[in-house]
Amino acid sequence: MQNFAESFWSSLTLIVTGDSELWSIVILSLQVSLTAVVLAAVIGVPTGALLAVGKFRGRQAITIFVNSLMGLPPVVVGLCVYLILSSSGPLGVLDLLYTPTAMIIAQTILIAPIIAALSRETILAVHEEYQDQFTSLCLSNWQRLKALLWEARFSLLTALLAGFGRAIAEVGAVMIVGGNINHLTRVMTTSIALETSKGNLSLALALGTILVLIAILVNAAVAMVGMRRHEAMHV
Amino acid sequence: MTLTKKFAFSTLFFLILTSAAVGSEYIIIQSTTSTQNSGLLSAILPKFEAISGIKARVVAVGTGQALRNAKNGDGDVLLVHARAAEEAFVSDGWGVQRFDVMYNDFVIVGPSEDPAEILDMENATKALSLIALEEALFVSRGDDSGTHKAEKRLWSKTLVDTVSASGTWYRETGSGMGATLNMAASMEAYTLTDRASWLSFANKRNLVVLVQGDIRLFNQYGVIAVNADKHPNIDADGAKAFINWLIGPEGQLAISNFRPNNTQLFFPNAKR
Repeated sequence: MQNFAESFWSSLTLIVTGDSELWSIVILSLQVSLTAVVLAAVIGVPTGALLAVGKFRGRQAITIFVNSLMGLPPVVVGLCVYLILSSSGPLGVLDLLYTPTAMIIAQTILIAPIIAALSRETILAVHEEYQDQFTSLCLSNWQRLKALLWEARFSLLTALLAGFGRAIAEVGAVMIVGGNINHLTRVMTTSIALETSKGNLSLALALGTILVLIAILVNAAVAMVGMRRHEAMHV
Repeated sequence: MTLTKKFAFSTLFFLILTSAAVGSEYIIIQSTTSTQNSGLLSAILPKFEAISGIKARVVAVGTGQALRNAKNGDGDVLLVHARAAEEAFVSDGWGVQRFDVMYNDFVIVGPSEDPAEILDMENATKALSLIALEEALFVSRGDDSGTHKAEKRLWSKTLVDTVSASGTWYRETGSGMGATLNMAASMEAYTLTDRASWLSFANKRNLVVLVQGDIRLFNQYGVIAVNADKHPNIDADGAKAFINWLIGPEGQLAISNFRPNNTQLFFPNAKR
């Protein structure tokens, strides 16, 4: 129990003293995971929308496949990305292994299925609600899609947050493709793993506390944006 | 919508930024966890970077994984500790040449109660035999690292069959030195560790050093430039510059001057 009290104080000290090393790690974590969320959203939301309202053969099978990919183990994703980006892999010439870009790629692959699957659920529900109106208004497919995405925007935000949560908390993939290089690819989770392996358990816990605080801040920011828009709509 | 645009823009900017960083000169060192966790590399590498203008990026993994990554061309230099595997790496054409860099030693640590009564034994293999006889818990790295290879070599000189004991008193963690020490501390088990990792490990709890000083516990570190003929992207000049510095007087001095808490963890012994 002493570890918890100790680490809580050291996390506060780390935040208050504004340790520059810590901040660069925090900023890198956010850069990597937020970029991954944006890329995964660009891939995942349209995929989800297509699976929700599109009419084509094999839709059920693809849906099952995408849903299963939600359970992808990060280490497996890391290993696949490593093999592709490795010098002896197909994309080795790009020289991306052990860079933040490699970490973004791994996290994008990891969370795109989550965002796609959750988007599909959300858009499906909205679609069922509005289907009759759409038909009576004679909207084109493109207009329907725009309306659906607009109506579902707050739930879609939750899907993005779920993806962000998995990305920022993930350690197995970024460890393999980023290499946990100091001042280059070291993020919050790999620092926590490193400090744990050094036996600095309270420092590791302190970093974990900070990670949770960041997650709370990001979620709160998104919630506030959502609330303000809600208010604007009802005025 | 503006938010999305901003996001897209910052994404693009970040991708450009990271790809631009790739242009500056750097070498990737595939190394072992002991040299990183003990703080050695962060103490000596800035000196090399200042003199050469080459950035050194360290990927710290077990020796086995470091060798595999280097075979894939994902590193310019290896700094590892498993002599036989290193020599095989060079003779198979993956590496240019192997040089001795420094040494320290392995120690057998265990709970202070010492159920197998191995304290201060001079023969490490006899100590392991006693642990097996007592069926006292022993935690093995089990990850093909340099320390794991050394441990297996010690067991091979005993009559103990660790393969059939696996899962009973002999437990393979399949993880790094730090994680293995954490487990040994909470299970009150014996384990083999390099002295640098041990001294810089902060969660020892009830663990103490029980056996040390046996010649069989010698731990030699070597450095190898990865063969650029195998992978064209390897920075052969950068690797050569690093090795010349490390086994030269400046690098050797930096290693011996690294003394956290006034304890020397690595002893330079490059022959030139």
